[in-house]
Parts: sequence; C-alpha cells; structure tokens
Amino acid sequence: MNLLLIAILLALMAVGYRLGTRRSRRVSTERKERLHSLPQHYGTLVALWCGIPAFIVLVLWMATQSGYLESVALSELPAAVQTADEGTKLSAVTRVMAIADGTGVVGEVSAEEQAAADAVAQARLIRTLAAVALAAALAIGGFLFTLRRITPKLQARDQIEFVVKALLFVSSLIAILTTVGIVLSMLTEAIRFFSFVSPIDFFFGTEWRPTFSSTGAGGAGEYGLLPLLLGTLLVSVIAMLVAIPVGLMTAIYLANYASPRLRATAKPIIEILAGIPTIVYGFFALVTVGPALHGLGETLGIDISATSALTAGLVMGIMIIPFISSIADDIITQVPRSLRDGSLGLGATKSETIRKVILPAALPGIVGAFLLAVSRAIGETMIVVLAAGNSPVLQGNPLEAVSTVTVTIVNQLTGDTDFASPQSLVAFALGLTLFVMTLALNVVALYIVRKYREQYD
Amino acid sequence: MADVALAPSPAPDAPRTRSADLIARSLSRRRRAEVRFRAYGLAAVIAAIAFVVFLFWTILQSGLPAFFQAAMTVEVTLDPAVIDVGPRPVRADFPNEAAFAAADLAWQTALAGKNFGSLIERAVNAVLATPASSRDIRAIYASNERFRLRDMVAADPGLIGRTIPFTLVASADVDVWFKGNIDRSLPENQQQLTLAQQQITDAMIADGTMKSVFASWIFTNVDSRSSPATAGLAGAFMGSLFMMLVVIALSVPIGVAGAIYLEEFAPKNRITDLIEVNINNLAAVPSIVFGLLGAAVFINAMHLPLSAPIVGGLVLSLMTLPTIIIATRGVLRAVPPSIREAATGLGASRVQVVFHHVLPLVIPGILTATIIGVAQALGETAPLLLVGMSAFVANIPTGLFDQSTALPVQLFLWQGNENRNFFEPRTSAAIIVLLGLMILLNALAIFLRQRFQTRW
Repeated sequence: MNLLLIAILLALMAVGYRLGTRRSRRVSTERKERLHSLPQHYGTLVALWCGIPAFIVLVLWMATQSGYLESVALSELPAAVQTADEGTKLSAVTRVMAIADGTGVVGEVSAEEQAAADAVAQARLIRTLAAVALAAALAIGGFLFTLRRITPKLQARDQIEFVVKALLFVSSLIAILTTVGIVLSMLTEAIRFFSFVSPIDFFFGTEWRPTFSSTGAGGAGEYGLLPLLLGTLLVSVIAMLVAIPVGLMTAIYLANYASPRLRATAKPIIEILAGIPTIVYGFFALVTVGPALHGLGETLGIDISATSALTAGLVMGIMIIPFISSIADDIITQVPRSLRDGSLGLGATKSETIRKVILPAALPGIVGAFLLAVSRAIGETMIVVLAAGNSPVLQGNPLEAVSTVTVTIVNQLTGDTDFASPQSLVAFALGLTLFVMTLALNVVALYIVRKYREQYD
Repeated sequence: MADVALAPSPAPDAPRTRSADLIARSLSRRRRAEVRFRAYGLAAVIAAIAFVVFLFWTILQSGLPAFFQAAMTVEVTLDPAVIDVGPRPVRADFPNEAAFAAADLAWQTALAGKNFGSLIERAVNAVLATPASSRDIRAIYASNERFRLRDMVAADPGLIGRTIPFTLVASADVDVWFKGNIDRSLPENQQQLTLAQQQITDAMIADGTMKSVFASWIFTNVDSRSSPATAGLAGAFMGSLFMMLVVIALSVPIGVAGAIYLEEFAPKNRITDLIEVNINNLAAVPSIVFGLLGAAVFINAMHLPLSAPIVGGLVLSLMTLPTIIIATRGVLRAVPPSIREAATGLGASRVQVVFHHVLPLVIPGILTATIIGVAQALGETAPLLLVGMSAFVANIPTGLFDQSTALPVQLFLWQGNENRNFFEPRTSAAIIVLLGLMILLNALAIFLRQRFQTRW
C-alpha cells in the first residue's frame, strides 16, 4: 500500500519531468524566445514541486497512522478497559487491531470488540482517504501550478540550485548540531546530578563509593572524581611513555634513514595497529600482557597485579604508536629542505641535523601531535575496561589496579539505565569532565598544528 | 680568527695536530652517536612491527583451534512412541489466520514437550560399552542439540520413526578436555568433568566416535547461555550489518553533502570557520562521549528502544560523520582548479561545475573514505555499551528496531564469561572473524584507491 503510493508519486514526478521538459521547449518555439535554463531544468522543477510537498504529507501520515488508530481503538473500548492497567489496555487494543486487520483472533469476538474494530476500520479508511487526497491534491496542484508557470524567463536552474545549496548547507550544520547535542545533553543531565551531589564534593572528593539505588533512596554514596582522574592520568602517562619514544623514533627513522623499500613495507604494517578495534587490544592486554607482567613480577619479586595501570598503559601505548608516528612523519617531512641541507652542508651528521635542526623546527607540530595523542589516551575506553582492574582508590602505584573516568562511565551506565538516580546520572558529569578535558587538549593541539603548518606554507 | 691574528704561529705543526686530534676524536664520538641514533630508530621500527606480529600471532594461535570443536556422530532413532504428536496443522482446516497460528503453536509446543533428550541418551548409550547415567550423558553434549533435533523434526515430521545419523556437538567442558586445555592431572573436584564423564569422553575419543569437526555453527548460530559450545556470531553479525547500513545511509550522504558545501560553496566567514573547527574537534572527541549522547538523546529523550540497531547505528553515524567530511574535503581539495575553471568557462553554474565535473572525479576517493569510516565504526564498542547493546540477545534481529548486539560487543560479552578455558579461544576466534572483516574492507578500500584514484 505505502510502497504503491510512493511508486505512484514517483511515476507522477516522472511524468511531470517529461511534460515540463516538453512544455518549456514548446513555449520557447512558440514565443521565439531563448529559454533561460535548459529544458531539463524546467522538467526537474515541475517534478520537485509535484513530489516534495506530497511526499512530506505521506511521510507524516505514515508515521502517525498506527498511534492514531490505537487511540481510536482504545476510546471505543468500554470504560473498564480504559481505566485498566497498561498491560490489559495493550492486549485489548492489540486484539481490536487484529480483528480490524482481518487477521482474526483466537476465541470469541465480543460485541464491544467488534464495534471498536469497525470504528478503527472506518477511521483508517477515512484517514487514509484524507491523506491520499491531500497528497494527490498537492502533487497535482504543484504539478499544474509549475507547469503553468513555465515561461522562457522563468529562472528554473537558479531555483533548483537554491534548493540544492540549501540542502548542502543543512548537511554541514549537522556536525554543529551534534556538538550542541553533546554539550546540551551532558549539561542537563550533569546539572541534574549536581542536584544530588554538590559539585565541590564531586570535583574535589577523594572517595569513590557509589552505592546502588536498590539499597534504598538514592543520593547515598560518595562521588569523588579524584581517584578516577588519577587513574586516567597514570594510564595515560604510561601510554605516552611507550608511544612517544617508539612513535617518534619510528617516524624519524622512516623519514630519514629507511630505504624506500623498507619505508613502503614498514609504514603500512605499523598503520595496521591503528585499525585494530580497541576491544581487541583490551582482550590482548587481559589475556596475554597482564599474565606475562604478573609472571615477570613474580620472578623479580615485585607484586604486579595482572590487571593494572601498567598493563592497560603499555597496551594503550602500542595502540597510539601509529597515531604519533604518522603525524610526526607528516611534520618532519614538512620541514623545508633548505634547513636540512644547510645543516648537512656545515658538516653536521644526519643525527645531529635531526636532533639540533629538524626537531626544534618541527617542535610545535610534534607537541601538537603529543597533545592529540594524550587526548586519545584519556578518552580510550575498552582497553582500560578490560585491563585496568577497576579499583577506584586514590593511589599512585602503577602496578596496582586502577579505575579511570571512562571505565566508570561504562560501569555506571550499563545495565539498568533509569535516568533519575545519581548512580547513572554521574556518568554524564564524568562525560562532561572528559569532554571538556579532551576539547581543551584538541583545541590547543589543532591550533598549534595549524599555526605550524602556516609557518612553512 | 682572533687566535690567528694574535699569535704569530711559531710552530704551526703542534696546535694543528692537537686540533686534528680533537677533531678525529670528536669525529669518532660523533660517528658513534650517529650509529647509536640510527640503531634507536631501527629498534623502534622493529619494536612496532614486532608488536603487530606478536598481536596477530597470539590471536591466531589461540583462536584458530576454536574453529574446530569436538563432536560425536551417533545414530538417533526418532521413536514414534516418544514423539507422539499428530500431523502438523494445515492452514486450510482453519477459518482464519489467528486460529491456524494458535493450532500450529500448540503443535509446536507439544513437540517441544517431547523427551528428545531420552532419544539422544539411547543413541549415545548404544556406542558406549557400559551404559552411562542420563546426568553424565547430558553433561557431554551441548544442550542446544536437543532443540536442533526437535527443529529437524518440526521442519520434516516425516522423519518420525526413522533412524538418522546425528552429529552431536560436545559440550564446552568436554571440548576443553578433548583439546587438552585443562590440566588432566588435577584432582576430580577441580575438574570441569566428573571422573565418569572423563571416562566416557576418553572412550569415545578412543573408538573414533568423537572427532574434531569444523565449527560452522560459529557463523550460523546465535549466542547461547545454556549451550555455550554451540553459541555463534550470527545474531551479532546481523546486528552489526544493520548498524553499518544505517551508518552508510546516513553519514555518507550527509557527510559528502556537508563536505561539498564547506569546500565548494561556503563563503569565508565566521560561521564557516566555526563549522570547520567544530568538525575537527568532533573527530577527536572520545567515542564514549557519543555513547552518552545516544543514551541521553535517543534513549532517554526520544524513547527509541534499548539495544536496537537503529540507536547504535545513529550513534555510530554521528561518530563517523566527521571522518567522512574530513576525508571528502581532502579529495575535493585535490581536484585541480583547472577542471573547475574549464567548466565555468563553458558556462556551467557552480552547482553544475561541482555535480557534473568535480564529483564524478572524486567518487573513488569518497568510496575509500566511506569504507575506512565504516571499518572504524564496525570495531567500535564503547558507545554501544551505553545504548544497551550489551544485553544478551538470543534471536537473529530481523529489523532496525529488534534487540541485537554487535560483533565487538559479542567479543566483550564472551571474554567476560566465567568458563574461561573455553571462552578465551572462542573470543579469539570471534576476533579473527572481526579482524577478517576489517581486513577485507580495508583491502577493498586500498584496491579502489589504486584502481580508480586519479593523481594530478
């Protein structure tokens, strides 16, 4: 039924296109005037005017139809049903709808049900006819109206292009809308959270002990951010300690020393690391790296827990290597040749040139890359969920289990999601903190990187 | 210079040797430093590549055996005395669809109530030298096999009364024992199988009834809690597929349109600047933040169903959008101005220039960007956990509003299973499937880029 209507509309649009094209040609020959636009533009204009308003009506109708019919069914049922609980109402309405559809139901059909079903069938007929009539009127009206408007002077192309540009502009706004949506949703939910827990207790509390709402009225528990922040910091620092030296040296070696063949093979292999899903790293950390570190600790006589900041940080560092190496590679190759040649010409060795000329010149860009990498480490979730151990205690030992902001967001919001208790709302306060931290890092980093690019452009 | 001017240089040889000495010494030091630096660089490259190799090696080594599982082939007699249900109802005998559906359901319920376990028990006992207790036999095969037998009969009631060969998938504990993933010398109270069950298993291995078969059910079954040995990825795969369809349907048109506007039409003003900065930032926002957005907007405010692919797809679309916009802008920027100028010179409007001349040239680039964006979205886990996709779902989703999980989330669920020595290899196997899909997508992207992309 719905598909048939759409098909009819599309056919009408096709006819409109043909007629519009033909009419514009005829008008032009009759009046001996050149057309402003190509004949196809007139055809398209007719098709647009014929299709778009009717299409909007049809979509609105389809979207609201079932809700409307269910309300009709309910209003026709006896008062006893209307005041009953949701489950009874739902099953009664479902039965009526099934009778009205002709599917039939099991058991006797009562007179009330039959009456309600008849009313639903009638309402459906009327509403469908009305919607189809309105859509048809709009389609044919738009069709005829535009067809009549066709004169050689009508600026058909400009009108179509206006529509196209408007659509393009709206598409580019979606990104802004996403940001606005993120900020607004986080803010509103975080503000609701702060009505349970004061912001001071949240941002400066050293104790993380959210009790579950099932144990009693909400509001109980401690929500101190600091242990989580410290855990995030520990994991990120370890990750950067792994990623920066390896990533940077990889970039330097591949850009300056490696033969073209080595570069062409090594670069894509290292970039595979960037494409692996983080859950895979998490599993690798949990199953392979954690036990290995624990075993190493035992032979050395140090107590390393299998899931710890060290495990998560090490694996996260591996994940970030390609991120740093590819940005650093870009930046190093952007340093002008003249600087490098000047240094080499004065007798400096290759490594001296890199350390004393290229790296200082590329420093701002590299710092930008580091900041972007830090922001990534802070926001990384699955590795820490699996491998950091989830122990939100304020302590700075990287060999012990820790918890991070992202882990806690996942823990607080998976499972039962009732948006009324501080236990789940705290996820939004944490998310807001995370968003602000990464945003600040990103803005600074992108500014530095951009500024640096301009310097040598 | 000053030194030379002041000193009349009475013995030019002596200082020369000294400075030459100094230079020679510093030269060797500098050369050593050079070699060291170079070695650090090479070590970093080797370390990075070693990580890749090690990661893949561990996963392959642990996951590949999980694609083969223990199974035993027995002759099951579908005894009509046990399966005493009448013929299946026929639509023609009933007045309306609902009545037929009710009768058919009653028939299926009756069939489901029959004791298929006893049939399997008889069949297993037939191959054993000494009959085993039903408890032990139930522990040996995956419980889902009873339902598979029932479904075979439901699909073809003509089988009742016949004896058919039936390959029973061994239970997870038996599989672990079969593969030697548990220490056989542990005392009985630390084993997953009782002594009797161990003996049955060993006897079946010895007489060749129990063999290793390719676990095709990993691809065709849905997840199962009661029967972990037959749990599969089909539901998660369909969930991921639906989500990727949403991502492609939403983020590609919107992303490409947005990129075209910003690159080709946008005037240089503050709004455009704002949009640009905003898109770059959005690309670096942690994925979990998008999950929070989804939970607050799509679930809490718009009341879309929890665990539905539509919600996951919307969240992933928003996440993929900046990637596609940035990549599309890159390829648009690479089109030389001469093409635009030539078209403009021939009287094309700006919209015509873009849609008739620029866009056709960049379609391969857009395709590549799309595939890379989709591959990234396919592996994303964290935001999906927040929109309820980590729920246990025992059906294959058939639409965008059905409950479902996704491949990476299925990994997350499996790795958390308590039956570690069975589920660790299982998770690795699922990782192999996921990585295989991603490698396939990326290979396609690379192929498209090399085959079609124009270099100017």
